[in-house]
Amino acid sequence: MARRKVAIAGVAESRFGEVPDATALQLHQEGAALALADAGLKPSDVDGLFSCGADIMHPLILGEYLGLRPGYVDGTQVGGSSWEFFVHHAVGAIEAGLCDVALLNYATTSRSDLKRKIRSANVAIEARGPAQFESAYGHTVIGRHAMAATRHMFEFGTTQEQLAEIAVAMRANASRNPLAMYRDPITVEDVVGSRAICSPLHKLDCCIRSDGGGAVVLVAEDRVKDLPSKPVWVLGAAEATSHHTMSEWQDFTESPARYSAERAFGRAGVKPSEIDVLEVYDSFTITVLLTLEALGFCGKGEGGPFVEGGRLTIDGDLPTNTDGGGLSSNHPGMRGIFLIIEAARQLRGEATGRQVRDAKLAAVNGTGGWFSSTGTLILGVD
Amino acid sequence: MPKVATWHLPVADLETKPYWDATAQGTLLIKECHACGHVFFYPRNHCPSCWSTDTTWREASGRGTVYTFTVVYQNDLPPFRDRIPYVVAIVELDEGVRMTSNIEGVTPEDVRCGMPVQVGFRDEQRGDETIAIPIFRPA
Repeated sequence: MARRKVAIAGVAESRFGEVPDATALQLHQEGAALALADAGLKPSDVDGLFSCGADIMHPLILGEYLGLRPGYVDGTQVGGSSWEFFVHHAVGAIEAGLCDVALLNYATTSRSDLKRKIRSANVAIEARGPAQFESAYGHTVIGRHAMAATRHMFEFGTTQEQLAEIAVAMRANASRNPLAMYRDPITVEDVVGSRAICSPLHKLDCCIRSDGGGAVVLVAEDRVKDLPSKPVWVLGAAEATSHHTMSEWQDFTESPARYSAERAFGRAGVKPSEIDVLEVYDSFTITVLLTLEALGFCGKGEGGPFVEGGRLTIDGDLPTNTDGGGLSSNHPGMRGIFLIIEAARQLRGEATGRQVRDAKLAAVNGTGGWFSSTGTLILGVD
Repeated sequence: MPKVATWHLPVADLETKPYWDATAQGTLLIKECHACGHVFFYPRNHCPSCWSTDTTWREASGRGTVYTFTVVYQNDLPPFRDRIPYVVAIVELDEGVRMTSNIEGVTPEDVRCGMPVQVGFRDEQRGDETIAIPIFRPA
């Protein structure tokens, strides 16, 4: 029996930015309802649920809250790339006939929780297990990424101004997205002149913190004829894992995306040069730089010069993070789902005000943890 | 007395107690595999390269170089909020293994990749217990 093809049928964000008047579960349902409506489907059509959060047994809590009793559940939690992993897993499940309608659903109230003082900005990881060899050193999440930037600058002469170009381009893209949290243009000088957080990263090299979430609905090809909108085909999907403990990362200048990208592009039969629009995890500017190299858009060590001159803006040679990304639009914590949502909008030609012309092929790359996990997707429309 | 943060201090377990016992004596231990010769850190019972459990502790020279680092200027968690700015680094020991650590005894902004460093120990308190945390200083 031939494997069934899989399409993204519906996408939606919940409210995002600052949403002080809704719970995280409420925002899950809000995004899920909008995405199912976008797909022309009902909650009762969902037979696969894919979600993760901070709580134990999250998919059970969410399924119960939503009133769903799915027969296929996945709660993989590998950080911000979990959503790309979920697409990879959902494709396998749908191809094999294990489910027909997969709902990916995410939300947090990370920003409001910080303002309510029910969480801290930095996360205390208890010093048990492998963490006992790290926690005493105060290596923050930003610091872990900053060490990659330091090494890249040391080996390849990359400059903080080149990293800043990435933040400037994301902001330029955000200025064309009315929903983005930060829309006022910034300059390279603004970025390198902003407060030092963890050298060489400044405040404006770091993603913002928002509330919000969203949902993605994937269906088997035999459901596609009933869809109200153009199906976005998953042409290739793959995942890769690296380290969790920083000292286990072999090469601080190389994202494991090198491996997930090789397999995803290979499965899709697509080359990086054919990609019209790119959506990549931008927790920090260095995340984008290492990802561009690992995906093969430029050679290793060439990311600095590559991002100069606005190449990543919507009108540039490689439109990237067309919604403004996590650096300017939104970032509730595990942002990978928004990459898929924006790629689908671009491929459907629905990214009003920021549409990349004739976008037929998109690449998506989620990064989780601290370059710990990556999921790469190649998406396309007929 | 003000409450002292201890969440960040290592909790030794069955696999790692010899390591922390040694740091208390001013010694840095790494592990070596008898089966394949692989030297590794962080320490665990088996060799992560060949999965042999015929592994042993070995005293490290304590000499190494800075592979990469960051100067941390912002951390809202105690005790680190009272230490900023401080240096977090990945140190490559002469034996070839890497460990996460702090670089002390130097102006943070003067740390460089490739800088030679030597292990030292920072005593921290958890109740009556003194825990010796390996840190590095310019060699």
